[in-house]
Amino acid sequence: MSDVIVDRPTVSDSAPLPPAGLHRPRLPRWAPAVVAALAVAAGVGIGLGAGLSSRAQWGLIAAILFVAVMYAAAARVEGLRQAKDRLATSLVWVCFLLAVVPLVSLLWETIARGIKVLDGAFLSHSMAGVLTIQPGGGVYHAIIGTLEQVGIATAIAAPIGLLTAIYLVEYGRGRLAKVVTFFVDVMTGIPSIVAGLFILSLWIIMLDFSYSGFAGSMALAILMMPVVVRSTEEMLKLVPNELREASLALGVPKWRTILKVVLPTAIGGITTGLMLAIARIAGESAPIVLLVFGSQVINNDPFEGAQSSLPYYIYEQWANGNDASYDRAWAAALVLIAFVMILNLVARAIARWKAPKTGR
Amino acid sequence: MAKRIDVGGLNAYYGGHKAIEDISMTVEPRSVTAFIGPSGCGKSTFLRTLNRMHEVTPGGRVEGKVLLDDEDLYGHGVDPVSVRRTIGMVFQRPNPFPTMSIYDNVAAGLRLNGRVRKSELDTIVEKSLKGANLWKEVKDRLNKPGAGLSGGQQQRLCIARAIAVEPQVLLMDEPCSALDPISTLAIEDLMGDLKERFTIVIVTHNMQQAARVSDRTAFFNLAGVGQPGKLVEIDETARIFSNPSVQATEDYISGRFG
Repeated sequence: MSDVIVDRPTVSDSAPLPPAGLHRPRLPRWAPAVVAALAVAAGVGIGLGAGLSSRAQWGLIAAILFVAVMYAAAARVEGLRQAKDRLATSLVWVCFLLAVVPLVSLLWETIARGIKVLDGAFLSHSMAGVLTIQPGGGVYHAIIGTLEQVGIATAIAAPIGLLTAIYLVEYGRGRLAKVVTFFVDVMTGIPSIVAGLFILSLWIIMLDFSYSGFAGSMALAILMMPVVVRSTEEMLKLVPNELREASLALGVPKWRTILKVVLPTAIGGITTGLMLAIARIAGESAPIVLLVFGSQVINNDPFEGAQSSLPYYIYEQWANGNDASYDRAWAAALVLIAFVMILNLVARAIARWKAPKTGR
Repeated sequence: MAKRIDVGGLNAYYGGHKAIEDISMTVEPRSVTAFIGPSGCGKSTFLRTLNRMHEVTPGGRVEGKVLLDDEDLYGHGVDPVSVRRTIGMVFQRPNPFPTMSIYDNVAAGLRLNGRVRKSELDTIVEKSLKGANLWKEVKDRLNKPGAGLSGGQQQRLCIARAIAVEPQVLLMDEPCSALDPISTLAIEDLMGDLKERFTIVIVTHNMQQAARVSDRTAFFNLAGVGQPGKLVEIDETARIFSNPSVQATEDYISGRFG
């Protein structure tokens, strides 16, 4: 703890504030950890004693105890201002845990249940000829479907989204830009089932095409586009205007400035945004149910005939309602999470590789 | 190489706001002309009208004439891009391109304009960096990022970048205001060398700097907040700082302003 300053500099004796030096009593560094441990123990104890069945209640009790005890201890030892600081810090930690717990438990649950049937055969076989109640079968047709549908959707939505964002940030003035921004906002809120219904009525009912992966891709592209526009817009706005001016002042035309200076500066963030948009549509099942129809067999052609996809496969297996199908559903969920995670890692890698360098 | 600039009856606006009013002056070739005046009097705005950078700002609009050796920059059919190739600019804050190496930064103007031959480029980069007094410091690390240099080096890198495209005129908007005295000295020395080849216009808040580096000095002032800035007078630097013809100039220079 703090050492008391004995011969303090001459301060007028009437000074009412007790410690005149710069040192104040502080709680020891290990105090928060100890209080946290005690709070958890007390939470478990009270939970068991009172017969509370839900672990969430135990955690809540522990959290409240932790925040309250930290505040009281700090108020007693360190004074009120420090106590408020401690209160804010404790609340931040509690919120952090609240956010992390569901995430970790979700990952844990999926891995624990999904790993059971996840093997090479599962990844390389379809469900052709497998009865739903039988174990075995695989997810290959769904992986193919997801890759193709998401790939095509990205090929449609990414260029349109990028160019729209460039228009809005670099060129857009006045009414047209406002209208475009408004519709992008509206599109962001479109539920996936509505996007699916739109393509269903336009492509399949009105234009009389049949179910295909491509129809699903178009609905996914509608969902993806506003996300790409938004994230790219934000990234382009982050590029300092001085760089644009520096380039323009060198006599570089505007389009080249955008292409060679603005985009390379923002490419890391743009890629990350793009990957997040892909991750978002990779998990969509509603448009797939409506437009791709679902299939048990491998169909490599996204433009002809029904396909499956990972989210659809999970839904379908779960709906079967037997243990073998449940196992497959969890394993497919694990594959989907892994797919999204790999995408994110790739995005990070690209962002780091392309980020503006400051090293000497 | 260096060209004369004649400005006649120039007004510049930001949307509905008139920032500078009725400015007429001549900028002599192969000399340094300094703009001084209080903040907000439109020095930088005026500087930016000289290479058509003012209109890059949303709402920016210009009336009047800027003649570069008898060619009106605001005339019909003049391409702002070629104006900016002829009249280069260095900004207040060093702004090297963060994605590019030192070499690429200097080469940017040429490369982005599409004229590239590797051997030729090497020569130009070396010549420009030497011209900006930076060659000795960076010649061993041309492939390192330009943003890794110190502030003063970055500013000289920006000057090298600006002179690499061989402009006729070089505009400098408070190029030393973010720099320490040693870097400032380096850049002032550089201006002395550069004026052999370029026409230089510099905006500065530092009156000693104006007195040190410039041949002619223009004093700008504004009547009040919200009023447009105006040119008070332009004359030989020695005269402006010893015996200006307008009382306001003397007041500003001697610190009795406002």
